Amino acid sequence: MDYRPEVINRLTELWETRDEGLLKGSPDIYNRYRAEAFSEFLRLGIPDRKNEAYKYTNLEKSFGYKYEKYFSPVPGDFREAEKFHCEVQDLDVWNMVLLNGFLPKGDEGLAMLPGGLWVGSMKAAARQFPSLVEKHYNKYAQNENDGLVPLNTALASDGLFLYAPKNTVYTKPIQIVNLLHSTQDIFAQDRNLLVVEDGAQMSLLVCDHAISPQHYLTNTVTEVYVGRNARFEIIRVQNQHNDSGKITHTFIHQERDSFASSNNITLHGGLVRNATWHRLNGENAETHSYGLFLADKHQHIANFVKVDHAAPNCNSTQLFKGVLDDNASGAFNGRIMVHKDAQKTNAFQSSNSIIMSDTARMDTKPQLEIYADDVKCSHGATVGQLDENALFYLRSRGIDAKEAKLMLMFGFAHDVIKNIPIEALRERIDNLVLQRLRGELSRCASCAIQCN
Amino acid sequence: MQTEFLIQIKDLKASIDNKEILKGLSLEVKPGEIHAIMGPNGSGKSTLANVLTGREIATVTAGTVTFEGKNLLEMSPEERAREGIFLSFQYPIEIPGVSMVNFMKTAINEQRKHRGLEPLSASEFLRQMREKKELVEIDSALTNRSVNEGFSGGEKKKNEIFQMAMLEPRLALLDETDSGLDIDALRIVANGVNKIRRPDTSVIVITHYQRLLDYIVPDFVHVLYDGRIVKSGGPELALKLEERGYDWIRKEAEVSEETWTTDRK
Repeated sequence: MDYRPEVINRLTELWETRDEGLLKGSPDIYNRYRAEAFSEFLRLGIPDRKNEAYKYTNLEKSFGYKYEKYFSPVPGDFREAEKFHCEVQDLDVWNMVLLNGFLPKGDEGLAMLPGGLWVGSMKAAARQFPSLVEKHYNKYAQNENDGLVPLNTALASDGLFLYAPKNTVYTKPIQIVNLLHSTQDIFAQDRNLLVVEDGAQMSLLVCDHAISPQHYLTNTVTEVYVGRNARFEIIRVQNQHNDSGKITHTFIHQERDSFASSNNITLHGGLVRNATWHRLNGENAETHSYGLFLADKHQHIANFVKVDHAAPNCNSTQLFKGVLDDNASGAFNGRIMVHKDAQKTNAFQSSNSIIMSDTARMDTKPQLEIYADDVKCSHGATVGQLDENALFYLRSRGIDAKEAKLMLMFGFAHDVIKNIPIEALRERIDNLVLQRLRGELSRCASCAIQCN
Repeated sequence: MQTEFLIQIKDLKASIDNKEILKGLSLEVKPGEIHAIMGPNGSGKSTLANVLTGREIATVTAGTVTFEGKNLLEMSPEERAREGIFLSFQYPIEIPGVSMVNFMKTAINEQRKHRGLEPLSASEFLRQMREKKELVEIDSALTNRSVNEGFSGGEKKKNEIFQMAMLEPRLALLDETDSGLDIDALRIVANGVNKIRRPDTSVIVITHYQRLLDYIVPDFVHVLYDGRIVKSGGPELALKLEERGYDWIRKEAEVSEETWTTDRK
């Protein structure tokens, strides 16, 4: 039986009572898009496997669950999050804790960091920088057959806003620790906007951690504008439990001479789907999409990438790797689209997976659509087992089989991690991955980035 | 006496995919001895290395291998390594993402654990790395990289000898260590082996050619032909093989086979 009509009914109820409930006091800049977005959601529905982009991902596990509450924070909710305080060890970052995607004290104004970078809630941003928000909000997100993007546009009440004005350089990474915490089973949607203006730089680390055992489903949309000659890096570390679903849609829009990189490290999660869209909108821009996932039990981890070469002389790479054990399944769907005028494009894509059991499954689907004639594009996908020769080589030096397998998996994973631009972070994530491979990293209550 | 031999191979038979490759090989090596095993392609040289190090490609169907009084064939590859067997690979494997430092540290500490010793301290480990690198003249930059990744053929062979220096085996098996090396690299690699050898370290050199034996001088030379050792002698046997090739061995072996068959009738 199709689980979806009932879910859509519940969301429609939420929609109809929005003005008194969920979206009370929401700024007009966001509200003006909502009605159209909701009807778009009703038209497109919740994607099923007939949708090419979801061919290998069944959302029923997460969307079919009856959540007790659609999350919208009230001030008391943040008490738990505020208690969450870790010693930042040698990781030199500016740090902020969110709860289910929302900022504590979200109604207060934006904060300015040294160097002139602004951070705060979307609600506050609409008040403080109305024309900037108006210029960028909902300009980069694309629905393209995916009803979950307009669902977010229609019903997300708040989220994170980060703004690096022209030529501002904040050298420290910004770390967002997003805690999933609730006493009820919740569905949450956050909407984020990151603006990196011409010549500015921003480096962002987002850590998702489930700290209570409830069922969660998060549907996140993040729009990123990267101006001319600007630089943007985002690293996501996802560590959630097996009853949590995490859907992210990240739209990175780049102007000429800009650089962007996205790195999704998925350590745990019941159902995770990361969709990353890169649009190279100006000449000589460079973009990188990386992903690493480690899946076991019945976890399903999917990565969807679309790199849109809309201007000439741009470079892009995609590198995605996964290790799958038990009954886990994974999917990679990577598209490269080269527009007619995007001559001298270099676009590369690679997806490699290691299957550790007879029952794990990986599906990969590379797609190239090329309308220009002077381009270099390539894609490659492998799904295989650990290299027996390498395994024997390590064992022949006295390393036992279990440890040798671990070293090989780690080496395999490190190929993605080594692209993380911040060294201290690279080491931290190396350690996390090693712990995960050793089975020592569970759905622990601590943010493993910071705590022992 | 049980401890007289470091390794004792008796009437060893082994098959790959049901094809018998080793057809009753016997060899005894005492501590400190250097044995060379020579033979034409397909005679079973690499299979011998595989069987001794526990690689599952080959199945042992008969015979025994005793190492320091213990049944070697019952041990896993890692146990054999910890007991002191080292194979210098004919084709060393590239392992991207696994650093040489981490690899060597893990290997050494596994070996130490096996011997009831504490793990090496970081500073002691680094000191040993430095010392052994100089001994085998390996470029420092290489040991900061991933295992064999992007190494040239010569560098890979040097790296094998470097690992041998770090692990200080009781028995080193050098499988075609000279293949693909120019004369300078060959000298460095061979001298490395001589420098790191202790008086009681035994070496089995598996090779096609005599030239490595100019540097690593064997006490005994054995000719492996069709899965059996058909002739043994001193270093002069290697020279004779270099000069005359393997054809005369083949003829001799066939003749003796015929004689043997005739005799039995």
